[in-house]
Amino acid sequence: MSGTLDLPTRKDEAWRYAAVEKLRADDLGKWRQLDVAAGESVRELVVISDEDSGETELVQLRVNLGENARCEIFGVIASGEYARVEVEATLGKGAHFEMGGITVGGRDTVREFVTHVIHAEPDGTSNQTVRSVHWGKGTGNFLGSIDVVRNAQKTDAAQDFKGLLLEKGASVNAVPQLEIFADDVKCAHGATVGQLDESARFYMAARGLSPDLSRRLLVQAFIGDALVGLDDEKTQERLMQIALDKLDKHL
Amino acid sequence: MLKIDNLTAEVGGTQILDGLSLEVPAGEVHAIMGPNGAGKSTLSYVLGGRPGYEVTGGSVTFRGQDLLDMEPHERAAAGLFLGFQYPVEIPGVSNVQFLREALNSQLKSRGEEPLTGGEFLKLAKEKAALLKLDMDMLKRHVNVGFSGGEKKRAEMVQMGILDPAFAVLDETDSGLDIDALRVVGEGINAIMRNPAKGVLLITHYQRLLEVVKPDRVSILSKGRIVRTGGPELAQQLESEGYDAVMEAA
Repeated sequence: MSGTLDLPTRKDEAWRYAAVEKLRADDLGKWRQLDVAAGESVRELVVISDEDSGETELVQLRVNLGENARCEIFGVIASGEYARVEVEATLGKGAHFEMGGITVGGRDTVREFVTHVIHAEPDGTSNQTVRSVHWGKGTGNFLGSIDVVRNAQKTDAAQDFKGLLLEKGASVNAVPQLEIFADDVKCAHGATVGQLDESARFYMAARGLSPDLSRRLLVQAFIGDALVGLDDEKTQERLMQIALDKLDKHL
Repeated sequence: MLKIDNLTAEVGGTQILDGLSLEVPAGEVHAIMGPNGAGKSTLSYVLGGRPGYEVTGGSVTFRGQDLLDMEPHERAAAGLFLGFQYPVEIPGVSNVQFLREALNSQLKSRGEEPLTGGEFLKLAKEKAALLKLDMDMLKRHVNVGFSGGEKKRAEMVQMGILDPAFAVLDETDSGLDIDALRVVGEGINAIMRNPAKGVLLITHYQRLLEVVKPDRVSILSKGRIVRTGGPELAQQLESEGYDAVMEAA
């Protein structure tokens, strides 16, 4: 190894919507390895919030799941001019990978989840839910690729992305990529982009909620989907709060 | 209490209200009846301040204040309740959370103390029982998966909890079976029949008016009130139809 890595460009598929100009060489090559032994369960929280973030934040995590192992990753990206959480997960037989991700942000920030889930053995399941809420000229991305190898029969993989744009000028990008080489599998993916439901906002206003409060409740409901798989109410609330605090600063 | 004077309004550039005048004093239930397209729903949305419903002339005074000058949530805090013909579903937000935030927002803006979680639940239970709505429904997301009748009963539970000074009820009786109609009608009486309160009851049918007996009845046609009378006017409409009664007017 030469010791320096070439910086990616937007021509690289996995960096297509990244703010590559904000990257420096020493941001890269910091992959952390996480091995989940057969039958074990691991939960990882990834939080990029104002307290501990620099201008560019990269979290790169490589997960290996043994037979019937389970790994849950829940992440909130609420800070950084450019922040990226990248996860590569390789699933053994009967393993489960669960991911819930939230990006929020305004100005001209770029915040993204990039996942690569490899179903390498039969009977594996994976579920990914990402919700992005952006305003100003903020951008949220979810690039999710799923590989199902030839012998990984009975794989059940799902991926769901929804973007909510609070203002004109904000954007979200979703890039689902499925490569399936087995013939007895289920792979579902969906992506939608929308704005706040104006009829719901008027209904809420007619009951006395201010525009800020109705927006907060609707955003909370929207991003809550990403935390449904998190079976720990306290942690759920903490992650939700980090995302909503960012929204409150904007209001 | 509510005074509408020569109100004109348009939706999408089309004039719908055309010089509507109406006054509802405190203690009165005033029914508005009218054929399809007369402007009944537009009137309720204009009073609620829905975006896209543009007032082009006239005035509305509510408890001495210029209603049209207020934001929708300020109108609610001032004591106006708008019962929706089609209550909106809000996935991900529970009724309990929604209504507690709504009530406390209103209380705060009136300088009153907000309710604690326990106090709120007690109030919600009481009002749900009044409308014979299962309390479990209030733990579910706002109107999501509710039948048409459940939505209307939930609207009235909301009204009971928020305890407004004035209610504009837009076809609250549509989609209700006979039993539910009675429950909803009696709910309206229990919550709103009060010398200090007023109701504008927009309806197509006489049936609700047999339970919620109106003091006055007005006929709305082509964006204006064409005739006002006592409760007998509703009965006359039911037996003779709009065309005949309006021709006579």
